[in-house]
Amino acid sequence: MPSSGAESTLPDGVHVIVKRDCATCVMVAPLLTQLQSSHGITIYSQDDPSFPDGAKVIHDADLSLSWHNNIETVPTVIKVVDGAETERIVGWLQNEWSHMFELPNIGDGLPAYRPGCGSLSVDPDKVDALRAKFEGSLLTSRRVEIASLEDEMESLFARGWTDGLPVVPPTQERVMRMLSGTSLAPSDIVAIAPPDLVELTVEKIAINAVMAGCLPEYLPWVIAALKAVCTDEFNMHGVLATTMPVGPVIVCSGPGSRAIGMNSGVNVLGQGNRANMTIGRAVQLTIRNVGGGRPGEIDRAAHGMPGKLSFCFAEDEVGSPWTSLAVARGIASDTDAVTVFAGEGPRCVTDQLARTPEQLVTSLAATLLTVEHPKLPLAYDAMLVIGPEHARVFGDAGWNRERVIEELHARLQLKGTDIVRGSHGMAEGVLQKYEQLTVSKFRPNGILLVHAGGAAGLFSEIIGGWASGAVGSEPVTQLVTNVGTR
Amino acid sequence: MTTTMTSINATRFVLDPTSERNPSQRQILARPSSLKGLTVGLLDISKARGDVFLDQLEQRLIGVGASVKRFRKPTFTKPAPVDLRHEIAISCNVVIEALAD
Repeated sequence: MPSSGAESTLPDGVHVIVKRDCATCVMVAPLLTQLQSSHGITIYSQDDPSFPDGAKVIHDADLSLSWHNNIETVPTVIKVVDGAETERIVGWLQNEWSHMFELPNIGDGLPAYRPGCGSLSVDPDKVDALRAKFEGSLLTSRRVEIASLEDEMESLFARGWTDGLPVVPPTQERVMRMLSGTSLAPSDIVAIAPPDLVELTVEKIAINAVMAGCLPEYLPWVIAALKAVCTDEFNMHGVLATTMPVGPVIVCSGPGSRAIGMNSGVNVLGQGNRANMTIGRAVQLTIRNVGGGRPGEIDRAAHGMPGKLSFCFAEDEVGSPWTSLAVARGIASDTDAVTVFAGEGPRCVTDQLARTPEQLVTSLAATLLTVEHPKLPLAYDAMLVIGPEHARVFGDAGWNRERVIEELHARLQLKGTDIVRGSHGMAEGVLQKYEQLTVSKFRPNGILLVHAGGAAGLFSEIIGGWASGAVGSEPVTQLVTNVGTR
Repeated sequence: MTTTMTSINATRFVLDPTSERNPSQRQILARPSSLKGLTVGLLDISKARGDVFLDQLEQRLIGVGASVKRFRKPTFTKPAPVDLRHEIAISCNVVIEALAD
């Protein structure tokens, strides 16, 4: 009795919802006709208005009664007393019907139990249109009509709503279906979207998630990532406005990332996985369309990078010798979270010969030195995506995450004489006053370690960062919440 | 019933994915014929060597009779704080709008 005690829109009495296209309904049909005479029950038919034979039937032709009373199965029997639903029976259960109608021998000769059939109001072919029809008024976005001679896909390009690739037209039906992925209301405001500082509603995110190609179960991840990038710490405004080639890199952690089918393995930073590709794309489309962050306007990147379409992947937590990035950043284990990092495109570190952790960490450090420029320390963070075959070298030697990071820092202490302006024939570098000092390439928390990638290949990937810390962007980790339907 | 469902699906409407902001048309003030006696604000966005450029600009502006007030953002990566924008607005007569990097 899911609705027991709740206010009902039905009048006092007993109401039964049936359809002819259901063997259980047909089985109890003669009984329903009798109960109408003896107990005055009201009968609603979803399909045939003359079913059950001989009864007075209300035809729920538009399924509004079924929809608004959350009928998932027929027959459903609802008892309303003093305006409130007090009892609900789903299917044929002889003892429950007997109790409700106070008839000990009700349905003599029938089996004791027979489950019902699916209600037409939850028929997969009808449910999206019904949701739009009966709940679409919850949506407040402007309806934009596509002219009869307009090509649907071209019209969305023409309005400037795409990232250069086709988008799924955000019809009311699709947006309502997308919203079934979160328990938040469409009108809930989850962030202030830069650069135009627009109040970002769940409805606008859902529209852009539809356009990006998301499934409803991805929506909580998109919302979490947008909450994270729209913080002052992450500084999405600056990430857009900079001339450097960076965008939000979204790392997903927790069992939910596996439940929605995200890729943390083969080709983890590449194409081919719907969740990886569309969650990142939905974040960028939302910033573009709602926040107003468009290339050539506020987005001033000199080169940009392909990951500004979408750069989103899952950590391989199951196969990792270490705690996850999310746990390292203070999230409880087995909890769904996203971490956003202002990063550029990935580059590969190849070391196929290192068999000791010391050899491997030295190779990784040598490549990390080149992030942005070998002579520029402290200004940039880096994300290091360690492949499973590299991680195994550390895991077998008992090096935990903290040890790897510590050993990297130890190998990334730069002598001032090597990095001052003009040294080694390069004008770029630090001020002369650092000449006699030793400077760390990265700030203490400036290396983010993630375990991901295919099982074969002695490679890791470096994702260089943007201006780090309060002057630019801090990585932000955000819980994924409000999963599931309202 | 089936007919009803079909007609809903057939309507070709999409929902606007944007902020739906309709910026009101605002008139720009007339340009002053001279900068003489006017206060000009120069905002250093805190990028390296920006001060060198602005020092030159300040001398040129003083040369044409303007007085100059200098301001500085905490970091070039973030918009100017509200307080700073307010201070510029109430203490200057003229803004030079330009973009360079």
